[in-house]
Amino acid sequence: MDRRSRGPATTDILEVKNLKAYYLMNYFGISREVRAVDDITMNVRKNEVYGIAGESSSGKTSFIKVLAAAIRPPLRVVGGSATFSFGNQTVDVGSASPEEIEAIRWRHLSYIMQGSMSVLNPVRRIGRIFEDFAMRPLGLTGSAFRQRVIEHLGHLKLGPEVLTAYPHELSGGMRQRVTIGLATVCKPEFIIADEPTTALDVVVQKDVLALIRNLQREMGSSIIFVTHDMSVHANMADRVGIIYAGRLVEEAPTRELFQSPKHPYTAHLVASLPRIGDTTQRPALEGRPPNLAEPPPGCRFHPRCPLAIDICRKEVPPLETVAPDHRTACWRWREVEPLVPVAPVRTAEVIA
Amino acid sequence: MRGYFWFVFRRILQLFAVIVGGISAAFFISHLSPISPVEQALARITSRSNFSPEAIEAMRSALTDLYGVNEPLLGQFVSFWRRALIGDFGPSLIAFPSPAMDLVMRALPWTLGLLATAIVIQWFVGNILGGLAGYYQKNRVLKAFGVVSMGLQPIPHYIVAFVLLIVFGFIWPIFPISGGFAMNVRFAFTPEFVLSVLQHAVLPAATLVLVGMGGWFLGMRALVSNIVTEDYVTYAELAGVNRNRIVGSYVIRNALVPQITALAMTLGGIFSGTVIVEVVFSYPGLGTLLVDAVEGGDYSLVLAVSTVAIAAVAVAIFIVDLLYPLLDPRVKVE
Amino acid sequence: MFAVIKDLIRYNAEFAIGLLLSSIIVLLALLSFFSPIDPTRVYSVLPDVPPSADFWFGTNSRGQDLFWQVTFALRNSLTFGLIVAVLSRVISITVGLLSGYLGGWVDRGLMFVNDIFVAVPVFPILVLFYFVLRDKLDSTMLALIMACMGWPFDARLIRSVTLGLKHREFTRHAVFAGMSTRKILLEEHLPYVMPIIFSTALANMIWSIGLEVTLAVLGFTDSNVPTIGTMLYWANKHSALVVGVWWWILIPVVFVVIMFVGLFLLAVSLNEYIDPRSRLRRMGA
Repeated sequence: MDRRSRGPATTDILEVKNLKAYYLMNYFGISREVRAVDDITMNVRKNEVYGIAGESSSGKTSFIKVLAAAIRPPLRVVGGSATFSFGNQTVDVGSASPEEIEAIRWRHLSYIMQGSMSVLNPVRRIGRIFEDFAMRPLGLTGSAFRQRVIEHLGHLKLGPEVLTAYPHELSGGMRQRVTIGLATVCKPEFIIADEPTTALDVVVQKDVLALIRNLQREMGSSIIFVTHDMSVHANMADRVGIIYAGRLVEEAPTRELFQSPKHPYTAHLVASLPRIGDTTQRPALEGRPPNLAEPPPGCRFHPRCPLAIDICRKEVPPLETVAPDHRTACWRWREVEPLVPVAPVRTAEVIA
Repeated sequence: MRGYFWFVFRRILQLFAVIVGGISAAFFISHLSPISPVEQALARITSRSNFSPEAIEAMRSALTDLYGVNEPLLGQFVSFWRRALIGDFGPSLIAFPSPAMDLVMRALPWTLGLLATAIVIQWFVGNILGGLAGYYQKNRVLKAFGVVSMGLQPIPHYIVAFVLLIVFGFIWPIFPISGGFAMNVRFAFTPEFVLSVLQHAVLPAATLVLVGMGGWFLGMRALVSNIVTEDYVTYAELAGVNRNRIVGSYVIRNALVPQITALAMTLGGIFSGTVIVEVVFSYPGLGTLLVDAVEGGDYSLVLAVSTVAIAAVAVAIFIVDLLYPLLDPRVKVE
Repeated sequence: MFAVIKDLIRYNAEFAIGLLLSSIIVLLALLSFFSPIDPTRVYSVLPDVPPSADFWFGTNSRGQDLFWQVTFALRNSLTFGLIVAVLSRVISITVGLLSGYLGGWVDRGLMFVNDIFVAVPVFPILVLFYFVLRDKLDSTMLALIMACMGWPFDARLIRSVTLGLKHREFTRHAVFAGMSTRKILLEEHLPYVMPIIFSTALANMIWSIGLEVTLAVLGFTDSNVPTIGTMLYWANKHSALVVGVWWWILIPVVFVVIMFVGLFLLAVSLNEYIDPRSRLRRMGA
């Protein structure tokens, strides 16, 4: 599982520039603006697993929805762009026409959602669900299509009898694999995985992660993997981006992020992971994530930050590059130290 | 398959309970009267013409035998059931000496036909339109339809039927307003007859559909508005699944499931509506028969109609219940 | 509470129209208390006068002023509906709460009875009652009977809400704290169930008044008590349309429609307002 042997990622497959997406609500004459995604700029490379971490209501889900071209009013893109490059076509999901998005959906860009239990239509057989989702993007029909689906299900250790079953007739684990299979059968170049393992117990989690990892390696796709569980990022991601209050506050290759975080929030997140044999008490963060309808001025983290000084309360720190491939948005990044020393990890070891 | 067997079995049990309970209730209600039915019937008959005292006595004993009122209540109950099971309710008074059951059996197909037609049209059309309205919330035609259904739905069947009667009877007579078929047509399966039947069924059926469709429309619209937020729908939309496929197989198909249960629960009400509408249009079904029987003081016939009505509705609900597992593959054992 | 009502009027067309229509009906019904005429008397004014300045709604062939007839009719119908609604609420709440909370044999037994009541067609049964009781079937008796037939739907609804509540945290806390079942049901669960009760009460009113109108038109109630149904009954008896006294038909029909549509719109809009999911939907686009 050596990430370095995946080969160099050459061009970018996703380029996000100053993306802003707000919830604009008007009810009984009162209007509210919730700044869920507030000026995010980042790139995802080909054949890369990019992890996105953050608390609930940090805006990461809204960000993902924009990337998946899945936003509905009251959430709207109010500025910036998010451009995918598939082969020779580029598509900005913030401003593309429905036809352009139709053309890339599922074939080039797919989505693994949270909760395999409820994602499959309970009154439809699995085979028919595959037809609904994948027939058009694959452009195959009849037995050619069936063959392709059966072959793909085989990779996921599912037999062809799954196709005639109803979702409730399968076990939870099988449903999980069917859902992953559904998202990957067209071999898309970009997959968005939104908390696919959150509601699962650890044993099943390990299997699912292994499955996703293997598929990614075989297909050479890029994945954006969203989860608040740092151990999953340690396991899966090449690079990790931390989102706080609608903004990207730090981004670095995984190992570097864990070993030398350059943002106080990241330091806390990383320190929250338990380690076998370590019984020191974990420091907890005070306070709660800010209300995105009225975010605090300056750096949004300042009310909870142990390093906050005057400038933090007044001016927004820019996202600057502090090391190769490592960006952070903190006025005092030089003074940020990991809270709990992270021992250098051998390649084969997996953090619990 | 075994699960389905148990499902059917439980439903059959329920069917029996309803029939037994309902019909027994009808029996006990009919014996609530402080006045003996014999005296009531006698009063009616003698009010119309004069009879000699011997004739009155003879009638009295005949009626007493007929209605069995000289037995204790429990005895009457037993003999009632014994006779009901073979369909014997005694002769009707308004069409003496035809057995009451004959009259009922002649009227039943008309009611059932009207009922079935009305149910099929209002359930399917109402649900599909409601489903579309719930999904395409901005569509103006569907919105207008919603407004119209909301206006019609609460109005009692009688009023709507009455208004239609006036409109098509006096103002714009294009449909016949009474009877089941034209008087001069022979009662046989000729195209002439069938056409006449259909013509005469238009107004009663239209009344039922107008009143009933709104309910299904509004209910389905509400159901669909909730279903579109379900994970499997949002996921399918995300994946770019064909919109018609989503509306049909993902949204409406799932929303229809509770509507079958709703149909079973409202069937009694739809039946009541049907018999009411029949009365307005003098349609030869159970409704008209019942009103005639009441006005004629025909005890046996009233009891016969009530009994058959209860049984018919119970069986209809049973059939609808059986359809449920066909729509919802998750049903195994309850 | 008034702020809520004001908001509803401003933003919810259904509620506004429903409130308007229902207010007209209630206003007319209240006017009946000021009537100078006894509505059960006949031939107290000139018969067959079309709507005019003297008689706003005209008069009928029985020599009754239709305006005052309508006010009494609406008052009687509304009162009837309210009585049935209240009585059947009592039954449906009791059954629903007990069934949902106690479960087990109580639940199964009650629901079994419930399903039997649901399956029986109400109209033929009411006709049967009329046939048997004749003149003894006055409004109160009829109201009682209809209350006994109108509770099953809502009992089931309340039961499912109670079932949901039973498994919520606060119920378990109350049980652990030693609250008696009766106290839990009354103080913890009832507030959740109240909104449903309110909107089903309106629906129940529509149902019961509808049946009452139907029975009355067919002559199966006391035809001397002025209700919308009896007005139509007498209109039919006097062949109003054929004779040309069309307003005798039109006026009751118009007011029946206003009453039902008004109550219905109120019920629907209140229902939608109470349902939190539809509220969220309205907040967006």
